[in-house]
Amino acid sequence: MPQRKTLLKQLLIIPVLLVVVVGLLMAKQVQVSRAADASPVALVAAEDNPAQQGDDEVSHSTADHTKFEVLQQPFETVQDVTNACLSCHTEAADQVMHTIHWTWEKHVPDTDQTLGKKDIINNFCISIQSNEPRCTSCHAGYGWKDKTFDFTVQQNVDCLVCHDTTGTYKKFPTAAGLPVYEPTEFNGKMFNPPDLNEVAQNVGHSSRNNCGACHFYGGGGDGVKHGDLDSSLKVPDKSLDVHMSPDGANFQCSDCHTANSHEIAGSRLRMLSQSDTHYDLPNDDHNRATCESCHGITPHSNPKINDHTDKVACQTCHIPEYARGGVPTKMEWYWKDAGQFNDDGSIKSTVDEQGFPNYNTLKGSFVDEVNVKPEYYWFNGVIRYTLATDKIDDTKPVEINPIDGSYDDPNARIYPFKVHRGNQPYDPVNKTLVIPHLFGKDDTAYWKNFDWGKSIQAGMDYAGLPYSGQYDFVDTEMYWPITHMVAPKEDALACDSCHTDKTQSRVGSLEGFYMPARDHNNILDLLGWLAAAGSLLGVVVHSSLRIFGSKKGR
Amino acid sequence: MTTATIRVYLFKGFERLWHWTQALLIILLGITGFEIHNSYHLFGYQKAVMLHNTLAWALIALIVFAIFWHLTTGEWRQYVPTTERLSAVAHYYAVGIFKNEKHPFKESEASKLNPLQRFTYLGFKILIIPVQVTTGLLYMYYNHWHEWGIFARLDLTALLHTAGAFALISFFIVHVYMTTTGHTPLAHIKAMITGWEEIEAD
Repeated sequence: MPQRKTLLKQLLIIPVLLVVVVGLLMAKQVQVSRAADASPVALVAAEDNPAQQGDDEVSHSTADHTKFEVLQQPFETVQDVTNACLSCHTEAADQVMHTIHWTWEKHVPDTDQTLGKKDIINNFCISIQSNEPRCTSCHAGYGWKDKTFDFTVQQNVDCLVCHDTTGTYKKFPTAAGLPVYEPTEFNGKMFNPPDLNEVAQNVGHSSRNNCGACHFYGGGGDGVKHGDLDSSLKVPDKSLDVHMSPDGANFQCSDCHTANSHEIAGSRLRMLSQSDTHYDLPNDDHNRATCESCHGITPHSNPKINDHTDKVACQTCHIPEYARGGVPTKMEWYWKDAGQFNDDGSIKSTVDEQGFPNYNTLKGSFVDEVNVKPEYYWFNGVIRYTLATDKIDDTKPVEINPIDGSYDDPNARIYPFKVHRGNQPYDPVNKTLVIPHLFGKDDTAYWKNFDWGKSIQAGMDYAGLPYSGQYDFVDTEMYWPITHMVAPKEDALACDSCHTDKTQSRVGSLEGFYMPARDHNNILDLLGWLAAAGSLLGVVVHSSLRIFGSKKGR
Repeated sequence: MTTATIRVYLFKGFERLWHWTQALLIILLGITGFEIHNSYHLFGYQKAVMLHNTLAWALIALIVFAIFWHLTTGEWRQYVPTTERLSAVAHYYAVGIFKNEKHPFKESEASKLNPLQRFTYLGFKILIIPVQVTTGLLYMYYNHWHEWGIFARLDLTALLHTAGAFALISFFIVHVYMTTTGHTPLAHIKAMITGWEEIEAD
């Protein structure tokens, strides 16, 4: 039968077609795996990592500091130690003095603002001005107790706080950056004088403990400020931080926050929303504090996911929640509530049902949380601060550090943030945020006298800023970029964390772009489903009439 | 009542393979596509996207073969629109069919599509499919628009793609229903499976 033969011949097309389709798909896959192979992360893992030597038995350093005579002399003061360091590391203090760890001040060209701890206002303890001895316990220096501090004296640079490997060197919380020379108690905790020879002879690379001593405790306590930095990162589980965990890459902070001449990469005051060079390895310029510096811009084996990296920061998917290490972070802080005492006149200090602090007479009321989902915003790295000299609009919450960026901005990506909300004192006449004098034993410090009027007057006078004499409280919001606590990849956000209904989507409130699953045109959907329903109805009516007609015809 | 019929070989092997593969692919594209549209949850978003893109490439490959087949066999002529007996056919489906009138169009190997089908399928081939393929590819390669110098808007691309999908739903409903209007309800379906259509003899 000739027809059957032609049919068979034509059926041969089936395998041919299949082969072509499968071939096309496989070609795509090969392309994908090639892209994945190119990741230079492998290079990092293979490198001997000098910053980890603190954990190793054998030191790889070419200098044994116990053998330096200058470090065997009896040290009277910490400044003597600095002088000893500088006798070999001649340029170290000068280098440090040009960095923000010393100046607490940085000019940001994008906004032409001078920022840094010295100048900004936040909605935690508000301002360091007039409160220095307490705040500067985290200054990489000695003796910044008020605005007369001389920033040019090299022996006041604190080498040890960053380079101690013994864990015994501690700066006293209220001593303007100095440790104690006699055993001293603070809030029930004993601070012992460090053995300066022991500490000086055991200096080394900065570890998580060095950086963490300040950066894990920002805002006045463990985890208070950042949400993605707290003491749980000293020895984190891999589930908390794949990079920093000893079970993971066991990175120290300085493995990403690399330094040139003590200038450390990765300042929050002017962030890189994405690295402009993408791969910073292997041509490492020691300025690689972005994810892409090592992972590149196409790190996923699935190309569809790589398609997102131009608009979505790595952190957005890979840090599903922050404060995951069990240490709570402050989400809300209401200064207006400060100054309430127990019935017996003692300082009131309470905790919520989870055991997290929710009230303190000195500071007001708080909301602390763990395992917090970030908020997401377009961010191009530029942050503009509302300084004490800037006019505010007190009819709505004041954004203390509004972040810049939008969908149309090629430098902006969707980035995760902790938003710290609360209220704080302001001047309702001059329309400015104010600097209260909180810390001190004098008769104006709020934490001693609980009189906002006197406290603000003293703080503003100290800062040389105008104050009308009237104060009130204004709602404020502050944005904290989330970038640490990178979770294992299995815990990364799934597509439908964002690609879903607006009310469910993590980026439901972001505007200016179309996102599949999140966005529809209601009119089109209505018309489309009406057309489908209409077609179905037409079919039902038509078929009914046919059945009716054929019965009648019979 | 039996009617005398003659058998005509209307649909060739490739044509049938193409039709059913295309039908299957479009149905699956619809199912996954409307999940991506967030109309329901079935596979999960990620899997739906992955399936949708793979199915899309399979459909595009199939379309390339179909175009080649239509051009080389000259079968494209079946889709040249004509108004000849158009109103008669329309009248048949609107009125005559209910009175058991005879279909005014006789399929033959040389002309297997009635004028209504010609218009509908031509629209399908030169309007809906190109719109879906173009917007679909644009959607898929959204990240390369800039480097390829394409100026388009994702929202409009997505809306057009969705509109095309809705058009296909209505097409599908009516198309499936129309298969029941042969001399027996399954006659047209059988023809599309075996290639042989039974046509009532005069």
